[in-house]
Amino acid sequence: MSVSLINWFKFSSPASFYPLAGRLVPWFATIFFLLLCVGLWIALMMAPTDAQQGEGYRIIFVHVPASWMSMFIYCVMAFWSAIGLAFNTRLSGMMTSALAPTGALFAFLSLWTGSLWGKPMWGAWWVWDARLTSQLILFFLYLGFIALQAAIDDPRRADKAGAILALVGVINVPIIYFSVQWWNTLHQGASVSMTKAPSMAHIMLAGMLIMALAFWAYAITMALMRVRCIILERELASEWVKRNAME
Amino acid sequence: MNTFLFPLRQTLRRDLLLAIRHKTEVITALFFFVIVVNLLPLGIGPDPDLLRKIAPGALWIGALLATLLGLQRLFSPDHADGTLEQMALSPQSFTLLIAGKIWAHWVVSGLPVVLVAPVLGVQFDLPAHSLLILMVSLLLGTPVLSFIGAVGAALTLGLRGSGVLLSLLILPLYIPTLIFGAGAVEADLAGTGVQGHLSLLGALAVLSVFFAPWATTLALRIALE
Repeated sequence: MSVSLINWFKFSSPASFYPLAGRLVPWFATIFFLLLCVGLWIALMMAPTDAQQGEGYRIIFVHVPASWMSMFIYCVMAFWSAIGLAFNTRLSGMMTSALAPTGALFAFLSLWTGSLWGKPMWGAWWVWDARLTSQLILFFLYLGFIALQAAIDDPRRADKAGAILALVGVINVPIIYFSVQWWNTLHQGASVSMTKAPSMAHIMLAGMLIMALAFWAYAITMALMRVRCIILERELASEWVKRNAME
Repeated sequence: MNTFLFPLRQTLRRDLLLAIRHKTEVITALFFFVIVVNLLPLGIGPDPDLLRKIAPGALWIGALLATLLGLQRLFSPDHADGTLEQMALSPQSFTLLIAGKIWAHWVVSGLPVVLVAPVLGVQFDLPAHSLLILMVSLLLGTPVLSFIGAVGAALTLGLRGSGVLLSLLILPLYIPTLIFGAGAVEADLAGTGVQGHLSLLGALAVLSVFFAPWATTLALRIALE
């Protein structure tokens, strides 16, 4: 297939996206696996022990990429929501709902690893730090999105209502972030700051970036697998599902 | 200008008339606010210093919950008897009609809270100047609660368990309003300036009053499909 023949709108149809997603899944799964191996090797074997935090800091290689991905996935959801509302494409809504559980998982993982990291370093499972609090609120936003879609029976209405919620949420996320930051600095002072860490060694940064890319590949793999399930569920009555996918 | 806002005034007048005819709903929400705020000293203890410290947060959280209570019924009666569909089909601007309904919700649920709050503030031993700041912050903040809440009410219109779902969707979005609203009163108690908090609260009010009716209308059209 030459480049000029690719019709991008072709893949906005669930019937043609389903086999494409099926072909892409093994590729992204492989990329995820390879990057994970390299990233974990750097994180656990190559990266030096931190002078202040000892070995405990190594959770950063899961914690920071998970936090990045949780925020990034919400933006991607908002992007697909905007596309879905503007062009009225069915696949966008399916993509959004396929991404939501992975995003919620990353938000939870970020909170969980943060709390595991916080206990030995700060002496508390939880502090009302601005970043922690806004991450928690992001987790609530994911839960709200999933709950709203679960409560609506008609899939088209679920897609559109979810799209509006995701867009309202993405406008609010920066407002929430800055208000929480201001609230914290006004009332408690900077008791704990994650930015005070000394400039990070290059090898640590490399490990973190590779882990972030691995998580990204994981998110794509999972979203594609989930969107395939969603497509099958919704298009069960159509001809192409009976012809191709049900063999 | 007058003809432009005509649809808004019509639904505002109609919803307020309906609220006057069903006084119990208004009074119930107000009593809910009073009772929730009064439960806190019973749970925490009558120490005046402590109460003064938690007063801004307690009163604001009470206002948040009282707003939520009325939101569930913002669109559902009109949806049930078909009025909402007629509004959507009418030649008047649907957004302005809806904006009128949201303002009516604020007059019914937000304004009484603003007026009663100083009395409850006295119970929490707030000084007179802080009571004034509390009223100003609620006056600026409660419209934000009504307008953001309307988006959630429209999204959950006619769903199973819409009340609980509405709280789950809307409460995280209320956080900035809560922070700046309660923050203004706390700043006044601490003797620092309240200007910043009130300005940000005003900015939130302008943004939500302008944009929320638009998102609400979009969500209502989806619910009416």
